Amino acid sequence: MTRRPKQPLFLARAPYRRRRLRDAARLLPVLGLFLLLLPLLWAPDSRMALESGDVIYFFVVWLGLVLLAAAFAPGLRGGEGAEEDED
Amino acid sequence: MPFNLLVLSCLLYVVLLFAVAFLVERRAARGRLGWLRSPLVYTLSLSIYCTAWTFYGAVGYAARSGLEFLTIYFGPTLVFIGWWWLLRKLVRIGRQHHVTSIADLISSRYGKSNGLGVIVTVIMVVAATPYIALQLQSVVLAFGVFAATEPGGSRPLDPGQIAVWVAVGLALFTILFGTRNLDAREQHHGIVTAIAVEAVVKLVALLAVGSFVVWGIAGGIADVIARIDAADLAAWQVQPGRWTGLIFLSAAAVICLPRMFQVMVVENEDEGHLARASWAFPLYLMAMSLFIVPIAVVGLERLPEGANPDMFVLTLPLAEGQGALAMFAFLGGFSSATSMVIVESIALATMISNHVMIPLWLRLRPKAGAGDDLRQVVLMARRIAIGAVLALGYAYYHVSGGSAALAAIGLIAFLGVAQVLPAMIGGIFWRGATRTGAILGLVTGFVVWAYTSFLPSFGPGAALSAQVFAEGAFGLSWLRPHALFGTEAMDPMIHALFWSLTLNTIAFCIGSLLTFPGPVERLQGAAFVNVFEGSVGPQRWARGQVEPEALLTMAQRILGEDAALALFQEAARAQGKDGFLPDPTPAFLDGLESRLSGSVGAATAHAMISQLVGRATVTVEDLMAVASESAQLLEYSARLEAREAELTRTAGALREANEKLTQLSLQKDAFLSQISHELRTPMTSIRAFSEILTEGDLPPETVVRYGQIIHDEAKRLTRLLDDLLDLSVLENGTVQLNVGLASLQGMIDTALTAARATRPEREFLVIRDLPSEAIYLKTDADRLTQVFINLISNARKYCDAPRPELRIVVRQRGGRVTVDFIDNGKGIPKDAQRLIFEKFARLTDANRAGGAGLGLAICREIMTNLGGSVAYLPGQGGAAFRVTVPLRLEAQAA
Repeated sequence: MTRRPKQPLFLARAPYRRRRLRDAARLLPVLGLFLLLLPLLWAPDSRMALESGDVIYFFVVWLGLVLLAAAFAPGLRGGEGAEEDED
Repeated sequence: MPFNLLVLSCLLYVVLLFAVAFLVERRAARGRLGWLRSPLVYTLSLSIYCTAWTFYGAVGYAARSGLEFLTIYFGPTLVFIGWWWLLRKLVRIGRQHHVTSIADLISSRYGKSNGLGVIVTVIMVVAATPYIALQLQSVVLAFGVFAATEPGGSRPLDPGQIAVWVAVGLALFTILFGTRNLDAREQHHGIVTAIAVEAVVKLVALLAVGSFVVWGIAGGIADVIARIDAADLAAWQVQPGRWTGLIFLSAAAVICLPRMFQVMVVENEDEGHLARASWAFPLYLMAMSLFIVPIAVVGLERLPEGANPDMFVLTLPLAEGQGALAMFAFLGGFSSATSMVIVESIALATMISNHVMIPLWLRLRPKAGAGDDLRQVVLMARRIAIGAVLALGYAYYHVSGGSAALAAIGLIAFLGVAQVLPAMIGGIFWRGATRTGAILGLVTGFVVWAYTSFLPSFGPGAALSAQVFAEGAFGLSWLRPHALFGTEAMDPMIHALFWSLTLNTIAFCIGSLLTFPGPVERLQGAAFVNVFEGSVGPQRWARGQVEPEALLTMAQRILGEDAALALFQEAARAQGKDGFLPDPTPAFLDGLESRLSGSVGAATAHAMISQLVGRATVTVEDLMAVASESAQLLEYSARLEAREAELTRTAGALREANEKLTQLSLQKDAFLSQISHELRTPMTSIRAFSEILTEGDLPPETVVRYGQIIHDEAKRLTRLLDDLLDLSVLENGTVQLNVGLASLQGMIDTALTAARATRPEREFLVIRDLPSEAIYLKTDADRLTQVFINLISNARKYCDAPRPELRIVVRQRGGRVTVDFIDNGKGIPKDAQRLIFEKFARLTDANRAGGAGLGLAICREIMTNLGGSVAYLPGQGGAAFRVTVPLRLEAQAA
């Protein structure tokens, strides 16, 4: 309905970093999906039984995603009140 | 492992849960929750995603289909680590709009339509019933495992009886703690804390069994890895369709499951908790899945052929003689089942009471007993609904006989609730989504899901006849439940997922695109989609004709006397009034509605207020008025801006003109003294010499000389007066032009010859390009030559270079000819350039000047009369003038 008041076109260093952190948080599930779908490209015919490598791969990816999300979370929560500029 | 001990520990465990819930409720009542509102409790409560299906079923799933069970946890992991996309918005909307359930969210978004609420409620109940049955079944199966090991070998209880007791016990617990009070924000601290405790129990139990398997039975991690490689675990073939589809499905389910929505959105205390849960919940899921594969592999190895892999978590420790561990595992499974059933039934009961029972009650008895406490009605409705949900679950368990594999039922339920996804995502990200679209999408998705997934799950010949399976409904082969439109090659699960959600989304989009939303719907759409932008837009209520007393009575019926009075008093004080009765302003009505919707749902609250206020809610015209108001404001400020810019421009022009005028006035003053000087000098010498002459007695040659001087001075005077006259004639435009054909080259030749009389002692180098001058102009040749003479004379006069040069450049462009006169002097200073063409203008060093500063002014007037112009050409390395003349002067220009 009404347009929002104009936002600054360029940001200082700290808000800039916070925005990029949000971008990273948005991209994280995309990265996760890519890594979790990657095994689909492993040759399916040559491996008929479960291999321990598969299990280890998935858990390593899983742990990596959790750690990344944990690294992002505090920064995202901190920037909440300062400026609401979402979507 | 004595069976009675098992029952006893079960009862003790339940008593513990009661105690936890009770103590927390008491602390909450005193407002001292402290750490109980921490992100940790929030994260743990989210773990009701892991039901008995995870606890028991994941191992069976792994034994049957390899790593595919992981997809059920990958979906939620992706959704949670990507919380910034969706969950944050969902939680914010839930808090801002006092959403009580997922049905409430959908109905509130699409114009507080109760019909939509009913549809979502039906879908949720149908999808959740088998899931609840599944939990009962898991408890019964677990009891069965222990009963089979009983030394007596006899079964002390039959499975049906166990299921009944479990269902009744759960109903009791849920009713006791889930319907204690009708909170403004539908929150249940006691239950949430109990769920958190159960989350810890089931995690620790599964980890304990897993550790026992890895380090107790197998010889550590390396050995387990070797065993995994050795086992031919269910031909682990990744099926791309199933793998991707199930990740998507579980991601959708974690948002849409009623119980997940309940703990994630409704019970959320603080948005900051979500940030912690974004990584802690995936971590919990990972810990839950960590030992699934080892348990499955070792179980297949150790246990006899034909043992139910769904029960490996219990049977493996039992077979190894670890009774205590098995009992702990049993409690873990028990808590998985109970926590899920408790929260699911609360969520479903909230939907059923808010969207089905209360609206029905209000319709049946619209005005009856306005004084009676509606809270009791709502609470009673909740209790009945909880009982009904559990009864349905039990009935399903009883009818289906509890035979199907756990995983299959779980996935079917997931797909059922996922039908809400398009309406929900569309609702919070797309303002164009409409109620009709949502209804079409939901109904389409539900029907397709029922036909391709839910009904076939009962097996051929049960809900759908074998004939329908083979030949399709009505004998149409493209309507076969597992091969819609001939897609036979697909896995049945993926087939159902693909068709139900695709057709659902298509119907939703087409319906939304083709219909026009009502005013309330548009308001709500804007409020939901732009939830982060703060302003909710215009008020929902027009100023009503309602008596505040009637509103207070109604609010008391729902909120209770004290809460309602406090709310009204506060509102009255905010309006600057004493007492308990504020004016029914739109803002107050808005606040009241939002408060009520926390108890009975948005649709019911809206309906109740409009019953009193009348249909005086906002209309499309109001919306348009608000929109056009702000548009007018914008336009007005844009107009102001434009006007201001114009004013600035005008002021600038005025300032420039003023400056010029001032300078001209100075010039004029200077000229007057100059002209008097110019006139006086010859006059003085004429007078002096004529006086000498009149005295006589002079030698004749002296007389001749003096006479000559007088004659010259008189000529100078005449010339000056001629110039002035000429200028005034030119300025008035009354000059007579002799238009004829003349050669430009000839004119320049003439001008150069004539100008040689000016300071004849200086030798000028003239640079010309003769061929370019071979142009015949139709113009007044005498006048144009006069201009040329003037410019060349000026150059001769003022060019201060030691070896003066004059360049004459002729160009023809279109119908115009330009002649540039460029010398190599130091040119004219920038601030003087604007003035040189003015009358009486003369540069400061007038010492060498012969004229009165009229030459260039005359030039300009001549050129104007000839239809051309003369201008100073800056940046040519010296003084430069450009004369522009038309090739053919039109006759009327004269």
